[in-house]
Amino acid sequence: MYEIIFYLTSAIAVLAASAILIAPHPVHAALYLVISLLALALLFFLLGAPLLAALQVMIYAGAIMVLFLFLIMVMNLRPGQNQSAPLASGWKGPAFLALILLLELLWILNRFQITATNNITAIEPKAVGLALFGPYLLVVEVAAVLLLAALVAALYLSRKERS
Amino acid sequence: MNLIQWLLTLSGLALVLLVLFSIAALMVYGERRIIALLQDRLGPNRAGPFGILQPAADFLKLVTKEHFVPPFADRKIYIIASIIVPFTALLSFVVVPVSYNWWLADINIALLFIMALSSLRVYGIMLGGWASNSKYPLFGGLRSAAQMISYELPMGLALMGVVILSGSFSLVDIVSAQEIPFIILQPIGFIIFLICGIAETNRLPFDLPEAENELASGYNTEYGDIKFAFFFLGEYIGVLLIAALATVLFLGGWHGPWFPGAVWFTIKTLALIFLFFWLRTSLPRLRYDQLMHIGWKFLLPAALVNLMVTAVLGLFWMEG
Repeated sequence: MYEIIFYLTSAIAVLAASAILIAPHPVHAALYLVISLLALALLFFLLGAPLLAALQVMIYAGAIMVLFLFLIMVMNLRPGQNQSAPLASGWKGPAFLALILLLELLWILNRFQITATNNITAIEPKAVGLALFGPYLLVVEVAAVLLLAALVAALYLSRKERS
Repeated sequence: MNLIQWLLTLSGLALVLLVLFSIAALMVYGERRIIALLQDRLGPNRAGPFGILQPAADFLKLVTKEHFVPPFADRKIYIIASIIVPFTALLSFVVVPVSYNWWLADINIALLFIMALSSLRVYGIMLGGWASNSKYPLFGGLRSAAQMISYELPMGLALMGVVILSGSFSLVDIVSAQEIPFIILQPIGFIIFLICGIAETNRLPFDLPEAENELASGYNTEYGDIKFAFFFLGEYIGVLLIAALATVLFLGGWHGPWFPGAVWFTIKTLALIFLFFWLRTSLPRLRYDQLMHIGWKFLLPAALVNLMVTAVLGLFWMEG
């Protein structure tokens, strides 16, 4: 039962992600992205991270994608405007590097046998909090400072010009 | 899980669904009669004794209407949008404990689960407005998106005070922790939560997304038949959810003397729903900029200060 749900969710996540590229309408593409993110949240939940799953839905699907959609609606995009741009001239270098990464991934997947998907221990929100404000305190603080800098930058960029 | 457990869970879900639908229907009737009373009118009193069959009549009317999708609308999204709103509101009730040992699920992220679903609800209204492909619904949808994002933030922060005091996201644990109802320990949190709750459900005085006098009917202008009923149902289930949540989080849930827990839960929830109706008749609608000002410049700082004070006091209280 667990495996069926896991692979079904994974399939939905991948299919929705590929549909983003194909969907002719920008809003539909954004909605496919939402579905992909929701499927990912369910995967997190299945892998024993309920807090991460909830945050994934709240922040990515519920807040960031709403802003995305907001923008698309304000820009009044029409069907057919989701066409991919023609390949830029320098596509060979990045494609080669991506190919190496893909080969590495395949090698790793082949090398390390994936075992024990059945005994998953769910991590409670409390444990995540203790870890964040215990051993990883410095990282959390640095991330907070980074976000503050981003906030200040956004305020600076969106300020009104003084006449 | 074996077959019997599955059957039990499914029948539990079906029962809750049935109860919630009938409560929502009765709420529509109750609201119309109570508002009529407060405005010195009679209200609907023709269908059945005291007009109690009015919601059934309304429902039949909406169901038997022609299923209509405007030719200029985005057909698929237009239909999906109307389902999202009641679906997310109904799903939240899975984790709401009604009485001692009386709930469908007790997960350790229950509060976050509800917040996540409420942040998904905005899609229904926003997409409904967009898919109608006409200007008033679009404005209503955009407004509601801005409003719901703005008020979700202080709401989440106000709830964190409760989480600090009880030390858990699980609603069952939160109710069990309330020897003293949290409204006494968290009065500011309660007020912020209630204001944000009214804003999240798009009720007066925060019903800007469907302000009749400037936006026709807002995001649901192009909706009719059963799809309109879904939006309508979603709104009332949302009100019920906010009232039930406020009961569970701040008013002590099933705790209370003399009566069994479910009775206390019902009394508290109904009192809050009455408050919602009362506010609707008493307050005028805010202007849009006032709405944004209240959300960002008053509620958010107040929620932050409340959270900090709670955290500091809670730390001393737990240490000492």
